[in-house]
Amino acid sequence: MSGNSKDFSKQRTFLIDTTKCTGCRGCQVACKQWNQLGAENTKFFSGEGYQNPPAMSEYTFTRIKFKDYQKNGQNEFAFYKEMCMHCNEPACASVCPVGAFVKTPEGPVVYNAGRCIGCRFCMIACPFGIPKYEWSKAFPLVKKCTGCYGRVKEGLQPACATTCPTAISYGSRSDMIAEAERRLKNRPKHYYPAIYGKEEAGGTSVIYLTHQPLDELGFKPVTTRPLPSYTWQALRLVPGIFLTMGGGLSLISWFNHRKERIKQEEAFKNSKVAPETAETKTREENQ
Amino acid sequence: MTAAARIIINEVKSYHNFLKFMIGLVVLAVLASAVRFIFGLGSTTNMNDTYPWGLWISFDVVTAVPLAAGAFTLGAIVHCFHIKKLEPLVRPAIVTGFLGYSLVCIGLLLDLGQPHKGWHTLVYWNVHSPMFEVSMCVMAYTTVLFLEFLSPVCEKFGYHMPLRVLRWLEMPLVIAAASISTLHQSSLGTFFLIAVDKLHNLWYNPLLPLQFWMSAIFTGMSIIILEATMVHRYLGQPDESELLEVLTKILPWVLGAYLTVKIAAMAFLSHGPLFDRPVLLALFLVEVIVGVIMPMVMFMKESNREDNRMQLRGASMIIFGVVLNRFNVSMFGMIQADQVIYYPSIVESLVTIGIIAGHILFFVLLAKYFPIFEHHPETVDYSLPDHFHEVDGHEQAKGVEA
Repeated sequence: MSGNSKDFSKQRTFLIDTTKCTGCRGCQVACKQWNQLGAENTKFFSGEGYQNPPAMSEYTFTRIKFKDYQKNGQNEFAFYKEMCMHCNEPACASVCPVGAFVKTPEGPVVYNAGRCIGCRFCMIACPFGIPKYEWSKAFPLVKKCTGCYGRVKEGLQPACATTCPTAISYGSRSDMIAEAERRLKNRPKHYYPAIYGKEEAGGTSVIYLTHQPLDELGFKPVTTRPLPSYTWQALRLVPGIFLTMGGGLSLISWFNHRKERIKQEEAFKNSKVAPETAETKTREENQ
Repeated sequence: MTAAARIIINEVKSYHNFLKFMIGLVVLAVLASAVRFIFGLGSTTNMNDTYPWGLWISFDVVTAVPLAAGAFTLGAIVHCFHIKKLEPLVRPAIVTGFLGYSLVCIGLLLDLGQPHKGWHTLVYWNVHSPMFEVSMCVMAYTTVLFLEFLSPVCEKFGYHMPLRVLRWLEMPLVIAAASISTLHQSSLGTFFLIAVDKLHNLWYNPLLPLQFWMSAIFTGMSIIILEATMVHRYLGQPDESELLEVLTKILPWVLGAYLTVKIAAMAFLSHGPLFDRPVLLALFLVEVIVGVIMPMVMFMKESNREDNRMQLRGASMIIFGVVLNRFNVSMFGMIQADQVIYYPSIVESLVTIGIIAGHILFFVLLAKYFPIFEHHPETVDYSLPDHFHEVDGHEQAKGVEA
């Protein structure tokens, strides 16, 4: 996957400023409504902290994670919206044997359930742990944030971005990165000096600004190299290896068979018996 | 109808109790897979969003494929490198390989969420996916093994024309087998190259595919040793330890090369801490010491190479090491420090046990009804039943000589 040649700056991108998030979880509700996802029977504090549901699942494509911390002796909350990062070069799309995941030119990474064979390689591959499985079903499929592709294609914004009163901006990737950099520059003390998603996994269509250090908020430290390149560096050798192996073994066996043949012909020559006689003799023996 | 049924029942009744036990295990596995399809993956297995791949991928696919590597390794050794005296081992190896791959396919279909759409890989190609590569190769190679397996079947029923075609296809099939196996054995390692920050550094490095391929080669040879020894002990076949000695002579070289690549890749090509997880480190050491170093040292000594019991012991250690290695890569090494530990459910275990039992069962049954051991140099020449009187003197001479 030659990532450098592709231009992602026009792709629709979420800028999520977690310092502006109030934790209202309107995005969670909007996501469930738009995608018609079922409710989950959950208990408060069944997960890590205040967040509910306790984990992302086939019914939950996005959720707000809560993080308590102390500031000037007072308890404060920090929030982090967990969702599909819509990578520029998605690992899920590269590993899927049937190409069920596609990075659309608009930005969202969409999933084609009709193609999926349910091998769950995408779940192994995703560095953010986003694709979830319909474990409740006999013939399960994968479920994940669609980036509201249907809405985006029609010129609308995704459901969560539309609902969010404060924290989510949505626009072209270059605009969002410029906006994030502007905010970092204007209020350097207010922000942790990093834009998560600008470089992570080779760049994503969801970028974050935070107040807290990224790892404290639960952001995974992810390589900046596009993930598909890790497997492609081995897979690109496949045709070459196949031909080398096939050709090499053919040559070796041809050579060895030839050696054998010559040895036998020599033996015939030296044995003073005319080859015809030897042949007829063995043939008789065989019968 | 009833008469035929009675014959079959009497036949089955005459089997050894061990075989009946194996049949029982297979039946249990069939029932367990029915349960999986009725109640769903989530409720019958212990897989979840944290562990999308469980025992079925780790053993039935990632481990079973190298365990079935005997056919291609031996095929290449015998036919390409022309060590003809190992010929008697080839057919049982092909049967083992064919059974192994068929069972891999079954295991994979059980694990897929949408097994009825498995054919999609043939239609919607994604060449960037190692899974695509592996599934294409496994399908192709199972076909190759099936064709190779047809020889004893045709001999059994006396179909001579197909035998001639198969004989003519022998070399192309052997070469195809080796090339296709090289691709998918290594691509199984490529699977885990995408798990950049998930798989522990003890195993994660860019040479993982090469290591998977090399370990498949020595596993294939070890499986042949195991299988030949078992067949000698329990199926009354002649002692092949003289032939197996050829394999035990090759083994230390392959093991040594593998060890060099493994250690070098770990030392120079991995990023991040290696020794931060004591449990994983212990698993790694067991895998390397018991599975690679000990058998390598053992087979460096000639008396061990010749001794039937030491051959079996060394081969078993190698097999144990490779099984542990595949589990380390596909399961243990992927567990993050803060995760709950996965263990297989009853249904998962029953299916996997049934797959192993099925392998043994079908091997014994095939050996019972088809001429898979009859390629013996003392008793049989390799040429076809020569109804057309067309076999020339050279081939005849070769058959007698070997």
